[in-house]
Amino acid sequence: MRLFGLNDFLFILSATRWTILLSLLAFALGGLLGAVIAVLRISRFSAVRLAAASYVQLFQGTPLLMQLFLIYYGLSLFGLRLDAWTAVTIAYTIYAAAFLGDIWRGCIQAIPKEQWEASRALALGYAHQLFLVIMPQAVRIAIPPTVGFLVQLVKATAVASIIGFVELTRAGQLMTNATFQPMIVYPIVAVLYLSLCWPLSVWAQHLEKRFRVENVMGRRK
Amino acid sequence: MTYVFQFGIVFDRFPELLEGALLTIRLAAMALVLGLIVAVTCAYLRMSGPKPLRVLVGAYVEGIRNTPFLVQLYIIFFSLPGMGIRMDANQAALVGMVINFGAYATEIVRAGVQSVPAGQIEVGLALGLKRLQIYRFIVLFPAIKAVFPALASQFILLLLGSSVVSAISANELTAIANTLQSTTFRAFEVYIVVTLMYLAIAVAFRGLFAALYWCVFVRGRER
Repeated sequence: MRLFGLNDFLFILSATRWTILLSLLAFALGGLLGAVIAVLRISRFSAVRLAAASYVQLFQGTPLLMQLFLIYYGLSLFGLRLDAWTAVTIAYTIYAAAFLGDIWRGCIQAIPKEQWEASRALALGYAHQLFLVIMPQAVRIAIPPTVGFLVQLVKATAVASIIGFVELTRAGQLMTNATFQPMIVYPIVAVLYLSLCWPLSVWAQHLEKRFRVENVMGRRK
Repeated sequence: MTYVFQFGIVFDRFPELLEGALLTIRLAAMALVLGLIVAVTCAYLRMSGPKPLRVLVGAYVEGIRNTPFLVQLYIIFFSLPGMGIRMDANQAALVGMVINFGAYATEIVRAGVQSVPAGQIEVGLALGLKRLQIYRFIVLFPAIKAVFPALASQFILLLLGSSVVSAISANELTAIANTLQSTTFRAFEVYIVVTLMYLAIAVAFRGLFAALYWCVFVRGRER
């Protein structure tokens, strides 16, 4: 039996970059798709709204693990040979888009109706209303919950270890298999996740508090 | 495309999947009840308990909320036996789900309690009630009412998240699906059916919670 040493720790530590990279990739791509979903959900056409809402319902109403399995094992049956990175990136992009789309729709709808009416009165077209008047205000509201979701996303990447994608959790598993010391390995893995997520959580709370203060001050004016 | 779908194989083994779904529902329901007990207790301790307990509950809540559920399961199932705490996979899954849901629900219940107007608590004090009595008889009911939707969606997240307990060999719906997949080699069919089963369970629970809200908080008030 091998003792858990510095090299094993460094192996786990270096696997953290895959967790970070996957989170960032899913956040960037999922953010793009999520923005589209959010805009579609406030569309004037009810069929478009329904389609976007169904997308959100479908991916928020089914387990992430199932989505991973379907993409990883499922698509290969259609002759699409996906390597682990592509499959996992697609799955997490879809997953992040469902949640971000829903969060951002809420933020867009939180902007008072008068803003739409006022910009309409100034003869702005729909795209101008949305991108010049509504969005700049909605983005400010959206920042705290978006940072909060980033925590959820980092934690969700752990599930990718189940289909064999090597990131922080999978590296922990590999080291457990090599050293037979789960008592040391898994708490270390947990602490590494904590050091990724905790600052983000604190930041999200801070942003939320600051926003609430600004909101109250703004109302007093 | 040359692939031919064969759902027949999956439906032949449907009773096994149903059994797995039943265990998923049972685990989630038990975790809901036990987790709520943990949450109501911890929310009280975090707000009105002695300082060391307050810090301890805070550490529990933040520790759980900032680490993945899967890693928590691994610690419970693989690390704890080293300290002499042993349980089978299904028990470990339940313990993990209770601890996880309890932490999230603690924060939600706390937010609910803080939404109760201070005047109501002062009324309780004026009536000579003790702190615990005020919490139990005055604060808790409107607090849960205020955060009921948040608790319901957190529960749905727990239900869907429970599919990862298959990774520690608990034999719930996902685990049954994995077995089926490896014996029939019909991965896509199996996982599509199981995904739809999860969707159906989630939708059913959402309906159940809406009905529960109406029965307890809407109709109960009219009487």
